[in-house]
Amino acid sequence: MSLVLAAYGARHVQAFLAALGRLARNPFSTFLTLIVIALALVLPLGLELLVTNARIATGGFANAIDLSVYFKTEVPLAKVEQLAKSARERPGIAQIEVISADAALVEFRAYSGFGAALGVLNANPLPHILHVRPASDAESAQSLEALRRYFAAWPEVDVVQIDAQWVMRFNAILEVLRRLLIVAATILGAGVVAVIGNTIRLEILNRRGEIEVTKIVGGSNGFVRRPFLYAGILYGLGGALLAWGIAASAVAMLAAPVAALARSYGSRYALVGPTAQELAILIAGGVILGWLGAWLSAMRHLRSIEPRA
Amino acid sequence: MIVFDRASKRYPNGREGVSNVSLRVEEGEMVFLTGRSGAGKSTVLKLIALLERPTRGTVVVDGKNTATLASRHIPAFRRRIGIVFQDHKLLTERPVFDNVALPLVVAGTPLKEIDKRVRAALDQVGLLGKERALPLELSVGEQQRVGIARAVVSKPPLLIADEPTGNLDPDLAVEVMRLFKRFQEVGVTVVVATHDVHLVRELGLREIVLDHGHVQGTDDDPLAGMVATR
Repeated sequence: MSLVLAAYGARHVQAFLAALGRLARNPFSTFLTLIVIALALVLPLGLELLVTNARIATGGFANAIDLSVYFKTEVPLAKVEQLAKSARERPGIAQIEVISADAALVEFRAYSGFGAALGVLNANPLPHILHVRPASDAESAQSLEALRRYFAAWPEVDVVQIDAQWVMRFNAILEVLRRLLIVAATILGAGVVAVIGNTIRLEILNRRGEIEVTKIVGGSNGFVRRPFLYAGILYGLGGALLAWGIAASAVAMLAAPVAALARSYGSRYALVGPTAQELAILIAGGVILGWLGAWLSAMRHLRSIEPRA
Repeated sequence: MIVFDRASKRYPNGREGVSNVSLRVEEGEMVFLTGRSGAGKSTVLKLIALLERPTRGTVVVDGKNTATLASRHIPAFRRRIGIVFQDHKLLTERPVFDNVALPLVVAGTPLKEIDKRVRAALDQVGLLGKERALPLELSVGEQQRVGIARAVVSKPPLLIADEPTGNLDPDLAVEVMRLFKRFQEVGVTVVVATHDVHLVRELGLREIVLDHGHVQGTDDDPLAGMVATR
């Protein structure tokens, strides 16, 4: 049994090496085919990187949807503290921070640039505020609305503001991009299958004589097909690796200007390249698409080549 | 080894390759298929090698009915038949060694064994030392012998040849026929299609004469003779 397995393995190694040798003997046409495949693969990869980086660049706050609860100015701080305490018992709330009018004024004075103007007021015009961070499982539009109504129902509360509109929009944009990524990957994946299928078709037609002779001396369809399947796999693999190279170069070229831009906003964000998981998907995708293209082509065209003496 | 029972082959374009051919070739026998070109010699060989299936009648080769043999069994069937073509059908961009090794490679023979048997086959046809040559660097006679080496390298029990001497001068032709005779002497069944009647007579072996797709009466084949009288 192990001998049979070894012979089987040896035949696969032979077919693999034969396919590799054939690609290496025509470096120019092989390279052109690889470029086409790589370009088709690099576009979805680029979109994926765009989505990932957009999420990282916007940091945690893309997920942090806060509610600000503004109390009426006459409500005393002790009452606010007491209400905050009871609100903390409610499910769906991760954190509540009480910002007193005094603390808010200090902060406002420091950061707003209106410090001098505020000096002329003899009373603090700011209300006490609650910063409410919903639990991560309560971020849907409905639970946010329920939360808003809960706070708005208190008679002491003036206004409840959800700082979420733009965050939700941003998440929606990311979702659109992610869908676009799936659509692009599907269309371009079909393109890769077609390109590899056609390349293999030409290769099969070129080697028609050899295939005929192989069948005459008793080569099975599997034997004849095998090198073409390996060629397809190698095209897919090579295209995926080239796509990785292109993406990595693009990231390297953009890294410095993006970092400079981020610094100007006071962020320490740096552009990230593809992760190990994204690379694994890219390479597996390339290999599978290559195999599929070659298989479809081989099924279609090898059958039509029968020896004619 | 080979039994044709009223076998006919009509090609899709309507041409009749052979019709109502009955013949029998015993195991270990060497026979010639003769007749003018177009008489159906090549069709008979194609029917033997299962390059075609009969449209009527039966062809049994090596115990297998070629009309009903499932496609997936055809490769194994063909591995038991060595075929020599008039135009050699060599892979011109591959060296002699690769050409001769092909039947062993498709059969999954271990590499060491392949090396040994390819050399043995090349030795038998007198081409030892030409392993690395490309077919087009060889003379026509040498190319034909590479084709013969490829046909016998896997030691098939049946060897068929279509006009193997068609492109050779008379001396080389005799040499090639003697080569086939030597394979027959070690037990291989050999069927050679040729129009070279003189050569056949010289060797004094059984001859099946085809004419317009029918078998002509021959002295020692009652079955074929019977069909021919119809």
